[in-house]
Amino acid sequence: MKALLVGEYREGKLLGSTYETVAFAEKLGAKAMMFAIGNPDDPPHFDGKLYLADAAQYGEYNPEAHLALLQEVLRKEQPDLVVLCHSSYGWDLAPRLALALTVAQISEVIDVQDGLYIVPACNSKLRRKVKPNSNLAVVTLQSGAFGLTGEPSGTPNIEMIEISVESRTEFAGYEVAEKGEVDLSRAEVIVSAGRGIGRPENVEIIAGLARALHGELGASRPVVDSGWVEHSRQVGTTGQTVAPKLYVACGISGAIQHLAGMKKSGFVVAINKDKDAPIGEVADVLVVADVLQFAPALAAKAASLAH
Amino acid sequence: MKILVCVKQVPDMESRFRISAAGTWYETTDLAWRMNEYDEFAVEQAVQIKEQLGGDTEITVLSVGPDRVKEAMKKALAMGADRGVHIQDAANHEKDSFEIASIIAEYASGQNFGLILTGMQSQDRGSAQVGVLLAGMLKLPAVTTIVGFSLENGTATVRRELEGGMKAVVKVPLPALFTCQLGLNTPRYPTLPNIMKAKKKELATLAVADLLKVEALSVTEKMALPEKKGSGLILEGEIGELADRVIGILKEKTAVFK
Repeated sequence: MKALLVGEYREGKLLGSTYETVAFAEKLGAKAMMFAIGNPDDPPHFDGKLYLADAAQYGEYNPEAHLALLQEVLRKEQPDLVVLCHSSYGWDLAPRLALALTVAQISEVIDVQDGLYIVPACNSKLRRKVKPNSNLAVVTLQSGAFGLTGEPSGTPNIEMIEISVESRTEFAGYEVAEKGEVDLSRAEVIVSAGRGIGRPENVEIIAGLARALHGELGASRPVVDSGWVEHSRQVGTTGQTVAPKLYVACGISGAIQHLAGMKKSGFVVAINKDKDAPIGEVADVLVVADVLQFAPALAAKAASLAH
Repeated sequence: MKILVCVKQVPDMESRFRISAAGTWYETTDLAWRMNEYDEFAVEQAVQIKEQLGGDTEITVLSVGPDRVKEAMKKALAMGADRGVHIQDAANHEKDSFEIASIIAEYASGQNFGLILTGMQSQDRGSAQVGVLLAGMLKLPAVTTIVGFSLENGTATVRRELEGGMKAVVKVPLPALFTCQLGLNTPRYPTLPNIMKAKKKELATLAVADLLKVEALSVTEKMALPEKKGSGLILEGEIGELADRVIGILKEKTAVFK
């Protein structure tokens, strides 16, 4: 089996998630080659062929050009699989390629068993096992589902590629999030509020538990999107990736993008009414309770203990 | 300008899911249904654009599925969409993203929609493909995962959400398609007068058989519950006792109280 891996660059730097595609190819025992639009001065550690286009020329977001470049590589190579990350880059590019080739795209793969691709469904409460009907398939990998066992190594054999292409989209640059009130990546204890807290007034209950445990308040995406908690406290792929010694998830169901941001925490306590909530997958302790009742009770007992 | 908004009806994600008898989808009885959350942002954005442009802006809301999906469409109409097109399909869950996008493209082609908005993904299937495929089939530019949208002189300036709090600013001349991410705007709640008004709006039904001209590129062989890792401890009981037990565990397993 031959796999074409698609690497990712941002602001001229190779993204580490690129190696998840390498790990996936290794797991399948596929012969891998790579394609990326990036920086020739920062190639991946990879033993194999690398088709590289210079991002300085095409832009890091330019879907029409990136698709045309990828198709150029597919004219030179006939892989059985094209592998991307299920990231803002991958889920944008993968369906364009699948359509151009009229082949199957399988999104957010977490495993492969008996030739079927396993993907999550219904907020990860279910697993869908999918079979492509086409010989070639384009797959995107869930962030963190595949990892190299060791450090990446190797030196690619680089072939620069160039095409001329007209594009209807204009990439006008990046916007970086404003520095907020807190750097959660340094916190040893984080107590996060999720949609299950119900109302903005209840944020204070969760903040009270955070104080009692000498930790910082965090939040899931819907709570931040609703404006209940400010953005620098958002935990997840689009917010902060954290690894505290203790993470307490209050009323957080456990969307993939949240789990990816906190699953490296030392010890995880989840409080949720729903016993089947996906947060249970990463929790060391799942307390099945109404968080609005349980959090104050836990805070009172914690506060009464001498630190 | 004519705006098309594609919405899907999905189960409430808090539901307890069971596997269907055929073993290839979830059991659809005894579920509470609602509009796919991402699509609410798409509808709201369309309504805001109509408010900005005024005049002859017309919003068509489209949904593929069985009769019950009309409930989600009625919500979109009550939020401010002008007319609905229901593509009647009792087996939409058996179709892959390519088929669904083809069905919508077959309907939309030649209708000169200046702007198409979809959610970035559905909450149940989560493939994040239909919008991009639809744009490709209609030969329109597409930008995914937008969290900001403004329109000036026929050019949209959008913010794409990237990882780690970053955004990419992208300019695209219309006609174009955008897939909407959570947080793009604040979807309005339909008011009672608008719910009443929506009942009078046109809601046409088309048969899927007339629009489906392709075959699936992938198939769901099996739906299953996740394998339980079983490593975590599940605690249930009276609140005070639960708190005592958690304090005990934290003392033993963490350094929080040292």
